[in-house]
Amino acid sequence: MMRSRNAWLTTAFVLVAIIALGTSAIVMTAARATEVKMPSGDATRGAAIYESNCIGCHSLDSNRVGPAHRGVFGRKAGSAPGFAYSTGLKKAKFAWDAARLDAWLTNPQAYVKGAKMGFRLSDAQRRADVIAYLKRESGK
Amino acid sequence: MDQIIASRRSMLGTVGGTMLSAAAIGVLGGVSTSAFAQGKKKSASKGDVDILNVALGLEHEAIAAYSIGAGSGLLAKPVLDAAVLFQGHHKGHRDALIKAITDMGGKPVMAKTDAEYAKELNVAATVKTQTDVLKLAQRLEKGAANAYIGVIPSFSNNDLRQISARLAADEATHWATLSFVLGESPPAAPLIFG
Repeated sequence: MMRSRNAWLTTAFVLVAIIALGTSAIVMTAARATEVKMPSGDATRGAAIYESNCIGCHSLDSNRVGPAHRGVFGRKAGSAPGFAYSTGLKKAKFAWDAARLDAWLTNPQAYVKGAKMGFRLSDAQRRADVIAYLKRESGK
Repeated sequence: MDQIIASRRSMLGTVGGTMLSAAAIGVLGGVSTSAFAQGKKKSASKGDVDILNVALGLEHEAIAAYSIGAGSGLLAKPVLDAAVLFQGHHKGHRDALIKAITDMGGKPVMAKTDAEYAKELNVAATVKTQTDVLKLAQRLEKGAANAYIGVIPSFSNNDLRQISARLAADEATHWATLSFVLGESPPAAPLIFG
């Protein structure tokens, strides 16, 4: 009886320890996530990256395979006039800012469920440069 | 300089000769379709179908761009032959993508009219000479190559990733040929794409 009680206490202690450590790890991860800062972007470099990487589907002033980009910075997601968006972007309730564009370009289908775009720009500096370019071309 | 131009003409002549082999394009389409079908078996997702449909939209636009260029009357014979050859590659990509999307249960996007594509690409204002046609094609080919490279991490299986790399290589080949014809030196820095 006593042995069984001790085993139960040991198990309970181990479980509490695991939960405490796990919670601590989650809190630390969340703290790190909020500390992550985007690099400073350069619009001139961004123009060159845009020309090489985005022009296959996008233009500043025309809806093509993807929507027109002039004015995208600050615009409500899924609202470029005349473009047929995915359901995911049509339902989006936010406006594009630097942080949201950064998350989008990192992995669009993970950021907006149901998004059609799969193109990723994996380098943080290059994303920042493209975002600086889009901001400039949006007059912001 | 004359030698370079003669060399370019010779290269385009060779490219034009290859154009006559429609069977080669058919084989390309067949291989791609088969590879797509393999990709499907390995747990393709709705996200994969969406990406393939975006790629199909890009291929529709490329086919139209070459039609507009070929029909402009601005292209000399060897350049025209190359444009038709490259358009044939894009048609092979289109057909393979349509089959793959359909096989995966998706609905392939339809092509717009050439007039709509011409308006979206601002052709009337920007394309006046053969060089303008080549530069437009060059831009679109590089953009397409980078688009196929950029979607590779988003596919759910390695077969689709490999197919995307193969499509990117086709577009990169077109870009390199067009750059050569335009007299541009290869970029000095490595990692030209992506």
